[in-house]
Amino acid sequence: MDWLVHTEAVTQKGQISLPYRWWVGETGSRFLTALRDEGKILGNRCPSCATVYVPPRKNCGACFREIDDWLELGDEGVVTSHTVIRFPFDLHPAPVPFAYALIRLDGADTAILHVIKENLNSLRNGARVKAVFAEQRCGNILDIEFFRLI
Amino acid sequence: MNGRELIYEAVSRSLVDCELTIEDIDAIVIGNMDHFESINSADTWSVEGSGGVMKPIMKINTGGTTGTSVAIAAYYHVASGIFDRVLAIGWEKNSESDTTGAIITCSDPIWDRFSYSGAIPSLATEAIGYLKRSGATQEDAARVAVRDRTHALNNPYAHLRKPITVQDVMESPMLAYPIKLLDVCPRSDGACAVVFASEEAARRITAKPAWVTACSVRHSLSWFGDFDFDAGLLSLARASREAYEKAGIKSPPDEIDVAELYLPYSYAGLKWIEDLGFCPQNKAPEFVWSGATDMGGRIPINPSGGVISTNCIGATALLRVAEAAIQVMGRGGERQVPDVVNSLATGFGGCFWSDVFLMSSCMP
Amino acid sequence: MEKIAIVGLAQTKFERRKPDKTYYDLVYEVTRDALEDSGLTLADIDNVITVSNDFLDGRTISSMAVGEAAGGHDKNISTVEGDGTFGAFYGAIRVLGGFRSTLVVAHSKGSEGNVSYISNALFDPIYQRPLGIESLASAALQANSYMEKFGLSEIDFAKFSVKNHGNAWNNPYAQIPLTITVQDVLSSPKLADPIKLLDCSPISDGAAAIIIADEKTAMKSAKKPVWIRGIGHCCEEYFLGDRDLADPRALRSAAKKAFEMAGISNPSREIRVAEVYDAFSYMEPLWLEGLGFCKPGGGPELLDCGVISRGGTLPVNPSGGVLSAHAVLVAGLVRLIEAALQLRGEAQGRQVEDVHRALAHGINGPCGQSHCVWVLESD
Repeated sequence: MDWLVHTEAVTQKGQISLPYRWWVGETGSRFLTALRDEGKILGNRCPSCATVYVPPRKNCGACFREIDDWLELGDEGVVTSHTVIRFPFDLHPAPVPFAYALIRLDGADTAILHVIKENLNSLRNGARVKAVFAEQRCGNILDIEFFRLI
Repeated sequence: MNGRELIYEAVSRSLVDCELTIEDIDAIVIGNMDHFESINSADTWSVEGSGGVMKPIMKINTGGTTGTSVAIAAYYHVASGIFDRVLAIGWEKNSESDTTGAIITCSDPIWDRFSYSGAIPSLATEAIGYLKRSGATQEDAARVAVRDRTHALNNPYAHLRKPITVQDVMESPMLAYPIKLLDVCPRSDGACAVVFASEEAARRITAKPAWVTACSVRHSLSWFGDFDFDAGLLSLARASREAYEKAGIKSPPDEIDVAELYLPYSYAGLKWIEDLGFCPQNKAPEFVWSGATDMGGRIPINPSGGVISTNCIGATALLRVAEAAIQVMGRGGERQVPDVVNSLATGFGGCFWSDVFLMSSCMP
Repeated sequence: MEKIAIVGLAQTKFERRKPDKTYYDLVYEVTRDALEDSGLTLADIDNVITVSNDFLDGRTISSMAVGEAAGGHDKNISTVEGDGTFGAFYGAIRVLGGFRSTLVVAHSKGSEGNVSYISNALFDPIYQRPLGIESLASAALQANSYMEKFGLSEIDFAKFSVKNHGNAWNNPYAQIPLTITVQDVLSSPKLADPIKLLDCSPISDGAAAIIIADEKTAMKSAKKPVWIRGIGHCCEEYFLGDRDLADPRALRSAAKKAFEMAGISNPSREIRVAEVYDAFSYMEPLWLEGLGFCKPGGGPELLDCGVISRGGTLPVNPSGGVLSAHAVLVAGLVRLIEAALQLRGEAQGRQVEDVHRALAHGINGPCGQSHCVWVLESD
């Protein structure tokens, strides 16, 4: 295939930009509006296995039944897993270094994914943390701006 | 509700319908079109709602034919002998995205995208080809839309449930000649869950299962310019011919008692029934006007209201299978066609692709 | 289970960027090569499964781009969106369910999109995506959980990187063969603690194809059939915080199913070579534990004791693994291909002696949420 040798490898650029608007659902809406309007963190508990979910769920994945038992959790918990991020990426919520952490709030059985920005040198699994709410809140997971080591 | 919760609703209802629990399900197959909700790997994302936690789950995506591809996958999961009860799920939340913007990205970015502006224009091109060769009119197509929308009145699950007339269709805004607003499907949110089971498992669930007798697929084309707009829908002709042979069907309009066809727009209800062998080429308009495809006719089409009444894409083709199965099982309520032995479901999408799915009350 | 076999295979060389090939070209090439390898013709193939992902390809209905290149013209065809091992699973059950043979082909061009954005889209749009999480950061969380649970160190993980990049020298298809030391890994740029650059797999372009056939068709093929003796897959919870990231229970379940089907009761004695999906250095030991080759936390010891090195009783990733070449979706299928090559005695340069049973493994979803396990055998 002689012609291959002499053919330039042409490329073409493109970008797909599509707008989305996701329905959070009633369960998620209740959680996010509580964050926004009351600065409160809600969870819910499966009637079969008693797992307390944060964020709350419409149904328990394990038991496959609906959950209707709501509770308010405090704003403190324990780091169960963490990583200090050192590479740059546009979508990061803070400049590096910052940390992602899985945080099990007191009273919850599942851990919530969030961000820790300060005292990274003292960050350990088992450390206690407290949610810091944003000044301006709009019904988004970042209404909790970050968690702080306490 | 969000997508996961929509799936949960369909799955829970399907389990109640066949009196099983999620523990009885051995595997799950799920499908939707990624960019319509912007979820990468929707099978892993939605496990909480699909009942897939600690189960085998896989995702099938073939565009508009997704629902039938999912049904066919569920069939093969059971036919393999490895799984006894398999859940097929199709879902879509078209309200979450700019559907046309997303579908445009199905076209080849180098060769087709600059001229591909969504599903409607390419279908319009097909319609023009058909009108030219058959002498059919826009009113003939409108009669198809009127039929499907009328049938939807019997289906509590349909999205659009207001009757329309041929005049309504003719007066509706022109989108891309000759397709007008009422010639074409809506954008819907919805989910569908269907339980497939092996022979032994099926008999324990219900006295009247809908046995799968044949399924066949043709997704041959990649570029829109390769489609012969003047010829028939070749993929449907080939897939149906193969399926009829497998199922031993020699005269479709006589041996098939009801058809749930993926007709995304009215002209398809003329052209494609010729490709299915329901009537001779170019004779679909008189076939449809004769009432042969209405409830009470020789081969009722879309007792559910079809795609023109409801289109939640990932689910839509699976809904055709579900509705065709409901007909065989005798559970169609007000939309039940009497004495159904054989039913036909089809899927459509991608680059003029077709899927064909046949069921019967008689075990093959 | 009826006898079915892998009778044809092909893979491209994996590279950071293949500027002169579209993925259509890549799919066509491996389809053609797999057919040639099998000695069968397109007429012998009665159905096709393509494996693709709309996000990776920047195309809705990504299957539309490659059906024709995969020999899908006028054939029954479908598409799995997920790792190649899952696509191959569907291809296998289609043969068990009535087809004579399935061609399974997977492709991806990591060079054509932004991998971080694409993997960010794996995460929940409401609760996780706004935090900017993507596959590297989530893997780091898993590595952290795993290390802390069993008292492992970055050195333990680094050793796997050294082994696999070293193994890649013997694999002409691998992208990054490297002769490195543990110290090289430890001093490579830190990305997301504890993961450093040399703990990560690369971004790759490539494709791979296999042909699965029933016994009758297998007997027609040119090569020694690689019998598929056990297959299984399973998926865990979705939210990272719902899982114990250091306890791969979905993998255990998938392995159990595959081993039961294959009649295996003692995997570390009965499997001679394994190809597992090590997207990051910590994953190989974690998955080996989930597969039951050792007790939980015992993965690093398998390497320290030489069990899983080239000359050991159960070499793992003699191909260099995913750490050496990572075309997403394709990499799992490549694990199957490498295992099959070992069984056929065709794994030039990386051939393990006396292979009659091999294991291949693939993952789907963040942090190995879903796993697919294959047990293959030769006569």
